[in-house]
Amino acid sequence: MKANCWYGKQDMRVVDVPDPKLLNKQDAIIKVTSTAICGSELHLYNGFVPTMEQGDIMGHEFMGEIVEVGPEVKHRRLGDRVVVAFPISCGQCFFCKKELYSLCENSNPNAWMAEKFFGHATAGIYGYSHLTGGFAGGQAEYVRVPFADVGTVKIENGLSDEQVLFLSDIFPTGYMAAEQCDIQPGDTVAVWGCGPVGQFAIRSAFMLGAERVIAIDRFPERLQMAADGGADTIDYQQADVYDMLMQMTGGRGPDSCMDAVGLEAHTPGPLYYYDRLKQAMMLESDRPIALRQAIMACRNGGTVSVPGVYGGLIDKMPMGAVMNRALTIKTGQTHAQRYFKPLLDRITNGDIDPSFVVTHRMKLHDAPGGFDLFNRKEDGCIKIVLTPS
Amino acid sequence: MKTDQVIHPHPVKSKPHDEQLTVVEHESKAVQSVQRYLRRTDLSGNGTLTQEERLAYGLGWLGIGLGLMELLVPQRMAKIIGAPQGHEGLIRVMGLREIASSVGILGERKPASAMWSRVAGDALDLALLGAAFASSRSNRNRLAASIVSVFGATMMDIMVAQQLSRGIETRNGTIPVTAALIIDRPPDELYRHWRTLGNLPQFMKHVEQIEVKDDRRSHWVAQGPAGSTVEWDAEITDDRPNEYISWQSVESATVEHAGSVRFEPAAGGRGTLVTVTLRYRPLLGTVGAAIGSWFAEDPTQTVKMDLRRFKQVMETGDVITTVGQPAGRAQSMSRKYDNAVRR
Repeated sequence: MKANCWYGKQDMRVVDVPDPKLLNKQDAIIKVTSTAICGSELHLYNGFVPTMEQGDIMGHEFMGEIVEVGPEVKHRRLGDRVVVAFPISCGQCFFCKKELYSLCENSNPNAWMAEKFFGHATAGIYGYSHLTGGFAGGQAEYVRVPFADVGTVKIENGLSDEQVLFLSDIFPTGYMAAEQCDIQPGDTVAVWGCGPVGQFAIRSAFMLGAERVIAIDRFPERLQMAADGGADTIDYQQADVYDMLMQMTGGRGPDSCMDAVGLEAHTPGPLYYYDRLKQAMMLESDRPIALRQAIMACRNGGTVSVPGVYGGLIDKMPMGAVMNRALTIKTGQTHAQRYFKPLLDRITNGDIDPSFVVTHRMKLHDAPGGFDLFNRKEDGCIKIVLTPS
Repeated sequence: MKTDQVIHPHPVKSKPHDEQLTVVEHESKAVQSVQRYLRRTDLSGNGTLTQEERLAYGLGWLGIGLGLMELLVPQRMAKIIGAPQGHEGLIRVMGLREIASSVGILGERKPASAMWSRVAGDALDLALLGAAFASSRSNRNRLAASIVSVFGATMMDIMVAQQLSRGIETRNGTIPVTAALIIDRPPDELYRHWRTLGNLPQFMKHVEQIEVKDDRRSHWVAQGPAGSTVEWDAEITDDRPNEYISWQSVESATVEHAGSVRFEPAAGGRGTLVTVTLRYRPLLGTVGAAIGSWFAEDPTQTVKMDLRRFKQVMETGDVITTVGQPAGRAQSMSRKYDNAVRR
């Protein structure tokens, strides 16, 4: 089969690889009908995530048709149309039973490696480095899905691939970020980063009762999409974000702030070069520019929710602000399985049509070009959906 | 006794070894002979010092001698090392420092930090000797010899300090490692699976096969060097249903191996706390080397991952793997991750 593989920094290639096989009893094999490129994969593409190996198959947002099931798969059958959650979760351990699926204790065969990096191991993730298990991803014609009963949601009505595909990651990720903000009626919520996760965070914040959402980015098409979703916008290249937020909130600050940017943040001025230099010299692995701004802007006693991906160590973390102003920080890889049913219901009853975020449609064999386009954010690129053949 | 086991990271060491071995209810002759053998070979590791500890104490006594000489006869010391005259005060101070760090080493059970302070002192000595080089009154030949020998001592100190702080105890060649994990299943279920020794190779990376001979004796086959296998007979030495199992290789075995597993209800009714302690005594020769290499990098790692795999089996019914999945590379290139700790 064809698969999009990582070969190094900004080096993706679609190559022929063997078809996947069932390896564990609860595995299923899925024939992929749609897959997407996730913003978090750009961190792999740009070489910021350690323990990638040449030839690793990319992709953790995908859906398709079940074509093979292992002997212990109980609730999925051949021919089922399913969306797959990006974390791999056993459904049996302490964390899975608490619906903290991305913290599954049993799905990461490289737990020892993750323990060394993070102190404790987290769940396996498709195509997301060997720290998260080194599982082959879904930017391929076929993919193996471990714990298929837990990790898939069946799509039985006539919704299109593009309407349900993002249940795999970005829709629940934006939704969980908003949910973590514990939004109260009348709240103002600020969102750093208007990429796909930011877009879903904005819409989810409104769904959860936010009075006002303020979206921060620098790309006009992303700010426009945020505005279409009902947000007020700040272009951080035109105005000082902190000053603008204080003006818009009467000096109090947003009730909650979301960092949907993560470790490759940008900002005009010298601070960007400070962090970029430290990153280049391995003095920090992540650039927490958006996180610092979110912490400084958030109102006293408010919540900073972090769906943006961080991989290692950051510098100049304003912990004094967090402590003295009683801020709450909530974060985590998304427990995607937890949101399968409630968010599928929201799509079915018309609360939201997630396909709004798609700007580019390509064939699987164009994936490397897609990564390049998405990375440079050219041609108004916000979300790319790939279809095999 | 249970709490005693949980609190100490090395339960085997923390209690008199007779207790560990004699709680057997139906002590067979063979078991007794195993116990005698263990006491003789000190597999239980009580009382004696590790190689690193012995080396550290030797270095400590050496330091006291050197320090006393610096303190009492600084002029003669200056002459020996080739330093210029007129710095007796400084040499006395360095002597005091030497004695202080040596006392620190001798006064500790595991003198890792004291060894590191000795390394810092070595660096100071080297710096002063280097500075003395600039003085025209120095005997530079002697000084050079001094620098070389202090440098050698520094290297040795660093080595010992590293070994001590790594915390890997090669107690007379025995490598004891302990790991603990909570498994979300009741103790009796876990005990039953483990007590069926034939199940162990399913999650123990290096063990290929265990043949159960009778209620207590079993035959173990494990990975040896270059694709070969090593084999030994083992015997269950303690067996308390739903609580504890311990086993030892028998006297005639070529590999000395001992292990125990404890099952106790975890706090708050959250499953079972499983604590595994394994000890292998690598013998001389290739067999010993192969077993030593299992533990070459981080001995607790293998046991931890074995225990994780046990958890996977008990909670999900399977050991999760990625071996055999597709990738855009030659199969041999998946080496380090696929081979490191996985089956």
